[in-house]
Amino acid sequence: MTLPHLFIFLLGYLVLPLAHGQTVKVAVASNFIAPMKHIIREFKKENGHHISTAYGSSGKFYAQIKNGAPFDVFLSADQHKIQTLENEHLIVTGTRFTYAIGTLALWSNNTQFQPVNLAILTNNKFDKLALANPKIAPYGQAALDVINSLNLSTASAKKWVQGENIAQTYQFISSGNAEVGFVALSQVMQQRQNTPHSVFIIPKQLYRPILQDAALLSRGQNNQAALDFLAFIRSDKVTAIIESYGYHQPQNISLSESHQ
Amino acid sequence: MNLSNDDFDAIGLTLRLASTVTLILLIIGTPIAWWLARTHSSWKGFISALVAMPLILPPTVIGFYLLIAMGPNGYIGQLTQSLGLGILPFTFWGLVIASVFYSLPFVVQPIQNAIEAIGKRPLEVAATLRASPFDRFFSVVLPIAKPGFMTAAVLGFAHTVGEFGIVLMIGGNIPNETRVISVQIYDHVEALEYAQAHYLSAIMVLFSFFALLSIYTLQRKQVSMNISNERQG
Repeated sequence: MTLPHLFIFLLGYLVLPLAHGQTVKVAVASNFIAPMKHIIREFKKENGHHISTAYGSSGKFYAQIKNGAPFDVFLSADQHKIQTLENEHLIVTGTRFTYAIGTLALWSNNTQFQPVNLAILTNNKFDKLALANPKIAPYGQAALDVINSLNLSTASAKKWVQGENIAQTYQFISSGNAEVGFVALSQVMQQRQNTPHSVFIIPKQLYRPILQDAALLSRGQNNQAALDFLAFIRSDKVTAIIESYGYHQPQNISLSESHQ
Repeated sequence: MNLSNDDFDAIGLTLRLASTVTLILLIIGTPIAWWLARTHSSWKGFISALVAMPLILPPTVIGFYLLIAMGPNGYIGQLTQSLGLGILPFTFWGLVIASVFYSLPFVVQPIQNAIEAIGKRPLEVAATLRASPFDRFFSVVLPIAKPGFMTAAVLGFAHTVGEFGIVLMIGGNIPNETRVISVQIYDHVEALEYAQAHYLSAIMVLFSFFALLSIYTLQRKQVSMNISNERQG
C-alpha cells in the first residue's frame, strides 16, 4: 500500500462512522446505567443512528453542560438540574419530561442482616449504614427522608457512610464495609445473587418521589438522532423496559403532574 | 470569604491528616531511602519499583483495592478485626494508612537523592574519625541532606492535601473524620454551590503554589550546597 492509499484508507476509516445516520451524545445519571444499556441495544436495532453515552453524576453533567459540553440529551437523576438548565435557556423549551421515577431499596450483602427489612434500621444493630450523599444525590435525599420518617436521624447519624453517588454507595455495601444501606432498586435487580431476602423495597409513603427528568439540550435541537432518541425513550416499548428495571412511569403512579 | 463551619472542619481535618501522614512518612521513608541510596543489592530495582508504584497507579485502583483489602473480608480487615480495631474504611486512620502508601514515593525519592548526592566520601571520613553509624547519620547526613528532607516533607504534605480519588473510594464523607477539602470541593460543585467551591479551590491554588515555591527555593539551596561540598572535597 502506498502512502497516499494509506492516507485515503485512514481518512475513510475516520469518516465511516458518520456515513450512516447521525450521532446523538447522551449524558446519563449513574443510577440509570443498566436500563440505558438495554435501551441502546433496542435503539440500534431500529435505526442507523449512532449513540454515544457518558455515565456520571448529574451535578457534574450540569457543570459540564453549562460550560459547553457537547451533549445533545441529558437524562438527569432529578428534576432540579434540568429545571435550572431550562431557566438558563440551555435546553430546548418544552422538551423536559419525567422519564422515570426511581425506587429506593434497602440492601445488605451480609447474611446476618437478612432478611432485610425496616426493623434492621429501627433496631440500630448495624455498625455502618450506607447512603448516597443527600446533599448531592437524589437517592441520598430519599434515603434521608426514610430515616427521618422513621425518626432515626439522631440514633443513626454517627453510623452513616456516604457515597458520592449511588454507584459508590452500592460498592460500600457490596464489599461488606457497610452491613446495610440504601440503593436504587435498579442496581440490585440486575445482580443474580440478590434474593428477596437481601433486598427490601422501601414503601413509597416514606420518601418523596424520585422524579428523574430528561431534556433535549440546545446543542441537539437540530440533531435528528437526538430527536429520534427522545421519541424512542417515550415509546411504550421503552417505558416497559424502564419499568422492568424497577422504575415507575409518571402515568402509572398517582402523582400530581410533574411538569406543567 | 464566606467559608462555612463545614469548610473549616474540612480544612482542619486535611491539615491534621497531612501532618500525621508526613510525620509517619519521614519516620518510615528515611530508612527506606537510606537503604536504596546505599545498597548494591539485587533487590534494589524491585523495592524501588514497589515504592514508586503509586506515582503511576490511578488512585481509583489503590482506593478500590484498599476498600476490599481493609473491608471485613479482606486480609487487612481480618487482621484489624482480630486485633479488636474494627475495620479501617470510613475512619481517619484508614485514610492515614492509604495516604502513607500513596505519598510514599514523594518522600522517599527526595531523601534518597539527597543522600546519594552526599556521596561516600564524607561518611568515610567521619568513620575514620570513629563516628558510629548513628553519629554519621545525625551529624553528617542529616545536616547536609536537610534540604532534601524538607523537600520530602513539603511534597509528602502537599500530595496528601491534594489527594482525592482514594478518599472518595474509602472515605464515606464523614465530617471531621474523612471529609477532606478536596471532597468538600467536589460536594460543593455537585450541589451547584459554585461560590463556596471557588473559595476553597482558590485556597488550594495558593497553597499549591507556595508549597512548590518553597520546594524550588530549597532545591536551589541544595544545589549550591552540593557545589560547595564538591569544591571542598
